[in-house]
Amino acid sequence: MGINLTLAWRNLWRYPRRTALTLAAIVFSDVILVWMIALQLGSYDMMIDNTLRAFTGHVQVQAPGYLDKPQLRRTIPGATDLAADIRSQVSNASVGVRALGFALVSSEQRSYGAQIAGVQPDYEPEVSVIPGLIKEGRYLSDTDQDQAVIGRVMARNLQVEVGDELTLLGSGKDGSFAAAVVTVVGIYDSGNTELDRYMVQLPLTAFQNIFSMGDTAHTIVITGSSHEQTQSLSRQVRSIITDNSLEVINWDRLQPGLKQAIQADFSTAWMMYGVLVILVAFSVLNTFLMSVLERTREFGIMLALGVTPAKVGRLVFTESLLMATTGMLLGIALGAAFTAYFLLHGFSYPGMEELASKFNLPDRFYPVLNPVSLLLGPVVIFIATMLAALWPAIRIHLLQPVEAMQTV
Amino acid sequence: MSASHAEENRSLGTVTAMLTIIAWRNIWRNHRRTLIMLGAIAVGVWAMIWLTAVMRGMVDQMIVDSIKNLIGHVQIHAPAYRDDPSIVNSMPAPTSALTEALQDPAITTWTTRVRVPAVISSERESMGVTLVGISPEREQGLLFLPETISLGRYLESAQDDGVIIGAKLAERLEIQLGWRIVLMSQDPENEIVDRGFRVVGIFDTEMEAIETGYVFTGLETAQRLLNMQTQVSELALITQDYRHLQAIVDRLRTAAPGLEVLPWQELDKYLGTMLAVMDGFVLIWYLVVFIAMSFGLVNTLLMAVFERTREIGLIQALGMKPSLILLQVLIESFFLLILGLVLGNLLSWLSIIPIQDGWDISALGVEGLEYAGMSAILYPVVLANDVILSNVVVIVLGLIASLYPAWRAARHVPVEAITRI
Repeated sequence: MGINLTLAWRNLWRYPRRTALTLAAIVFSDVILVWMIALQLGSYDMMIDNTLRAFTGHVQVQAPGYLDKPQLRRTIPGATDLAADIRSQVSNASVGVRALGFALVSSEQRSYGAQIAGVQPDYEPEVSVIPGLIKEGRYLSDTDQDQAVIGRVMARNLQVEVGDELTLLGSGKDGSFAAAVVTVVGIYDSGNTELDRYMVQLPLTAFQNIFSMGDTAHTIVITGSSHEQTQSLSRQVRSIITDNSLEVINWDRLQPGLKQAIQADFSTAWMMYGVLVILVAFSVLNTFLMSVLERTREFGIMLALGVTPAKVGRLVFTESLLMATTGMLLGIALGAAFTAYFLLHGFSYPGMEELASKFNLPDRFYPVLNPVSLLLGPVVIFIATMLAALWPAIRIHLLQPVEAMQTV
Repeated sequence: MSASHAEENRSLGTVTAMLTIIAWRNIWRNHRRTLIMLGAIAVGVWAMIWLTAVMRGMVDQMIVDSIKNLIGHVQIHAPAYRDDPSIVNSMPAPTSALTEALQDPAITTWTTRVRVPAVISSERESMGVTLVGISPEREQGLLFLPETISLGRYLESAQDDGVIIGAKLAERLEIQLGWRIVLMSQDPENEIVDRGFRVVGIFDTEMEAIETGYVFTGLETAQRLLNMQTQVSELALITQDYRHLQAIVDRLRTAAPGLEVLPWQELDKYLGTMLAVMDGFVLIWYLVVFIAMSFGLVNTLLMAVFERTREIGLIQALGMKPSLILLQVLIESFFLLILGLVLGNLLSWLSIIPIQDGWDISALGVEGLEYAGMSAILYPVVLANDVILSNVVVIVLGLIASLYPAWRAARHVPVEAITRI
């Protein structure tokens, strides 16, 4: 085995230029794959975190059936107390209670149908980015009753400013007529037209009065430090809730489109990676095959001297193995180094801002360097190159010593 | 003077012809190596053309689908409408100058719509929606209706006073086909207007935002409800080619002064960006594939040169100029590239033929496409520009990459080269 390895290593470096070029092909593809997969994972993380932080949160507690049919009458009784329990028992989690309804919102000039959200002014800033996006006036405070904040687009369409009054008309939980006059105290601008056009936020207690909700609400929103902890967060919440009819729902069910969009993007990216791997395998097959062909005479002599074809085959295979392993190790190292640069400085491409505003992303993102992004590409290329190396090794078995020795 | 010049030219011509023959024979001296190399180039070209066709197909499908979501290729509005889509910002029905401009042969079809925010109520629920008044017979190709209607019927005319709603909206409102709903909105004087409608059709698009966001009725019915006479909110049209709209947009702008005329890229910035990102991606992808491929190309040529070290030394000793040796290697590489390109284009063509009538990628386990605004059936799009660009990239960069082996060959010192085994 020792001599096999030494011989293989020396054979590789008999043509340093060729070996270097083949290694370069492997390393180049490895680096590209490590970088692309790391960026891809990074953009997903960013997309998930930003979408969930906007409003949804990582986990929500809801009344049964509310997810499919968000109706006013499907409520969580004693929601504020339950939220306080969760807040005190789950560490590292932010918890907010919301009630959601629909009303016709009118200013002096205009009327629009809009979603009305009753929120806890003290806790909402921890579970949503909206309170932090107030561009005029202020956010709600705990002492507010007849105050509201609205989005920038809605303010423009209703032609209202901070200090103006809005009339809300809708129906309450018991079917009664719900009406109120509220003063706009703040205007937020999230950059997302939908969010900025269709929502009015009120203090939860005001919402409960207007819509005859008593002490009930519709969702308890829970946000942990990262979406990766969703599972454990959801388990802890479940164990606290005594009312078994309530549902604890993770973000992938709250925002099915998000997870699906990521899956779709991931699957289509595979086609591209696959084509790149095929290309490298071809390039490597080419070199391996040539290095075997040009040594036909040498192999003929080895066979004539009594080395078994299996041994020569093993030698050729060891050469390929050494080459592929060296390429993989170099590829991982250089890929990590190249990606680390973007880990420090972030990545952005022209036109990304428009895409970013659609998905509510910041204008640059950071690659994720973990075992998956670091090893996946190089290992697949390693396997593909080893498969490519099988053919030349098998060819050895077909050689006839005498004929082979006569080849020029 | 001029005679000797001509002679020199002729001799250069003969030399090149001779070199071409030698180069052609050289590449077939080791036909196995040449075949492997041709295979590598062909796979590279295939990777460029095929993947680009597939990716373009995806983006195109996305654009075509989005265009059917009430966008069209070009839209005309009152200038303030897009920022504030209210009835106050509607515009008069097209003037005769605009109607004439819309007769443009490049414009396939055009239509006008009323499109205002409204509140829809059933006995149990109320929701905010966009009320769209349409002339059904003119919406061909501009709207996802009628092919997505799963229950009931499509609107029959602009006077039709039934409404069509999405399946998800019907579920939220807890109503069924044939039931009555109330639509409420504002007229141009800011007075609240409302009236009852019967649901005559339900559509199913698999996109929740569309299904819960729009309610359709006849154009004239909507105009009557909203007291807006013949005013409309928007004019939408489709053309024969959604990629080249600038000329049409310019003509319409002249014909409709005071109105806002915008192509789809501006109406939906996200889609426009997708197309631009795609164009950038194509170029980067070509470079990545080429670099991965060029290692193999340089490798093969280098080996072909080293193997002939003795031979090259000999012809140099016989008086051949180094520049001609360089030229000869470049011609060899040119032959390899051209043959590889022919094979690669053929391979691309062969691999696109079976999927050109649609390729169901959901069979590959690709999920969630409808959420990403894509369709599960993929139609590859081969653009002449992409094919030309990939071939040019391979030839030009390929020759540049071959300069190194060619230069190595030309640099041999004759005596050393001959004596080497």
